[in-house]
Amino acid sequence: MEIKKTVQDLTVASNIRLNKRHFLLDLIAPEPLPMMLPGQFVQVLVKDSPSTFLRRPFSIHQVDYHRNTFRLLIQIKGEGTRHMSLLKEGDKLNLIYPLGNSFSLPTTKDVLLVGGGCGVAPLLFLSQFLNQNSIRPSILVGFRTQEEVSEIDIYSKFGDVYVATDDGTEGERGLVVDHSILQKESLPFKKIYCCGPDAMMQAVAKLAAIHGIDCEVSLENSMACGFGVCLCCITPTDKGNERVCVEGPVFNTRRLGWK
Amino acid sequence: MTNLSVNIAGLTFKNPVTTASGTFGYGDEFKDFMDLGKIGGIFVKAVTGSNRDGNAYPRMAETPSGMLNSVGLQNKGVDHFVREIYPRIKDFDTHIIVNVSGSTIEEYVEVAERMNELEKIPAIEVNISCPNVKQGGMAFGTVPAMSTEVTRAVREVYKKVLMVKLSPNVTSIVEIAKAVEEGGADVLTLVNTLLGMAIDADSRRPILSTIMGGLSGPAIKPVALRMVWQVHNAVNIPVIGLGGIMNATDAIEFLLAGASAIQVGTANFIDPAVSVKLVEGIEAYLAKHRINDVNELIGALRTE
Repeated sequence: MEIKKTVQDLTVASNIRLNKRHFLLDLIAPEPLPMMLPGQFVQVLVKDSPSTFLRRPFSIHQVDYHRNTFRLLIQIKGEGTRHMSLLKEGDKLNLIYPLGNSFSLPTTKDVLLVGGGCGVAPLLFLSQFLNQNSIRPSILVGFRTQEEVSEIDIYSKFGDVYVATDDGTEGERGLVVDHSILQKESLPFKKIYCCGPDAMMQAVAKLAAIHGIDCEVSLENSMACGFGVCLCCITPTDKGNERVCVEGPVFNTRRLGWK
Repeated sequence: MTNLSVNIAGLTFKNPVTTASGTFGYGDEFKDFMDLGKIGGIFVKAVTGSNRDGNAYPRMAETPSGMLNSVGLQNKGVDHFVREIYPRIKDFDTHIIVNVSGSTIEEYVEVAERMNELEKIPAIEVNISCPNVKQGGMAFGTVPAMSTEVTRAVREVYKKVLMVKLSPNVTSIVEIAKAVEEGGADVLTLVNTLLGMAIDADSRRPILSTIMGGLSGPAIKPVALRMVWQVHNAVNIPVIGLGGIMNATDAIEFLLAGASAIQVGTANFIDPAVSVKLVEGIEAYLAKHRINDVNELIGALRTE
């Protein structure tokens, strides 16, 4: 199904600082929100910031159709996101959305979501969506350190949450892929959805392949347009170079040749 | 009634605003954002003789007031274009112009010949200026004799309006422009991207997989304007100008420098409806200055 893409000025409803590097931005749409799917993203225009020329892509973190709002989880990485971190209630933000494909609806109830750092962003929306389809997933999330562990109470509403931190200050110490729930001889999952740093997704994909588990990852290649015309964000797939912004950002790891 | 239409080599454009190849896909990607019938024309993504995968990722680097790309002419080849893409875009209510690229003169000629048979394609834009391919591309656009040769070869087979897109990566743009005019081109489009590079100081690595790429966006506008002005004053064929146009004022500057029409490129990535806004902005400018024909602006730079 084609969802119409739109360019729109949205209003900042709130800007919640989670920690030094992360914040949540709630945006109110001027018209009823289009249907949005987990895995889809938005392209944000950062105004009045001379060094940010292109839009910035962000996954949709949570959607509230009743309030006509949705939420972005943003990590401050450079000038654009730093600028966005200063937005206040009532400020306007120009977006192109919704963009990209989405995670597929699983044919099993044995689902694991794996997120690392800011890569958890689309997984909250996905877990909400899975709940609506009577699936309560396991959710494994990895952070640098305790200070960055956030929104666990919200994830817990939708699934069983497991935490790993690089320094062991919360949950298990180490990488998500080394978490004890993934170290069993036989894993109780038939589908894994994963988003995070490339190395983490590759490691999770490898583990999934070893256990014969179907795995989808959400890629975040650098892009200029976000709607399929610049051809900058391509990734090699079984069909040649495909656009992460249109054919993705979600790909089955089989199609990416990740083993 | 204000006239916005321009005539370029016998082809009437409803207004001077068109979109640059490689920034507008095949046009239909923009249907959610704008009415394609409101702009003068669309230059679609480069078509080559056979399938090209393009360069490896990463292909893009954001730079001050611009961006670098190294896409490398990714497209599925001329057969695919004729069979799959042409039928789906041919009835757009605007001129569809195909950007023709190749690694050899034979490849340019092959693609150009195929374009003759497409009734709704009134013109081609021969791309002798792509900086992102190892062979051909810019090599044809930086040596005057080769520019003449490729233009002449395409001219021999192509019956409709022949446009040639020039590279700014030359010592004398006028020399190349004259060489292409001599080869039989009807129209010149300039400029393609400027060769550049970006480095990640932390990793000490280039950002693009190809190390170098093509710079576009407002960063190149002054260079593009200068070249349009120089070429406009040196040749007897019309010029289509592009390079960093973000708004109607930019577009008007190109018209004043001598462009008969403009292409908007990188700006489409940031505002996919920008081309329609340019048309409206040009109209507003004409009204404000009490000019009733956009043609009065073309080359009307006051230098006395």
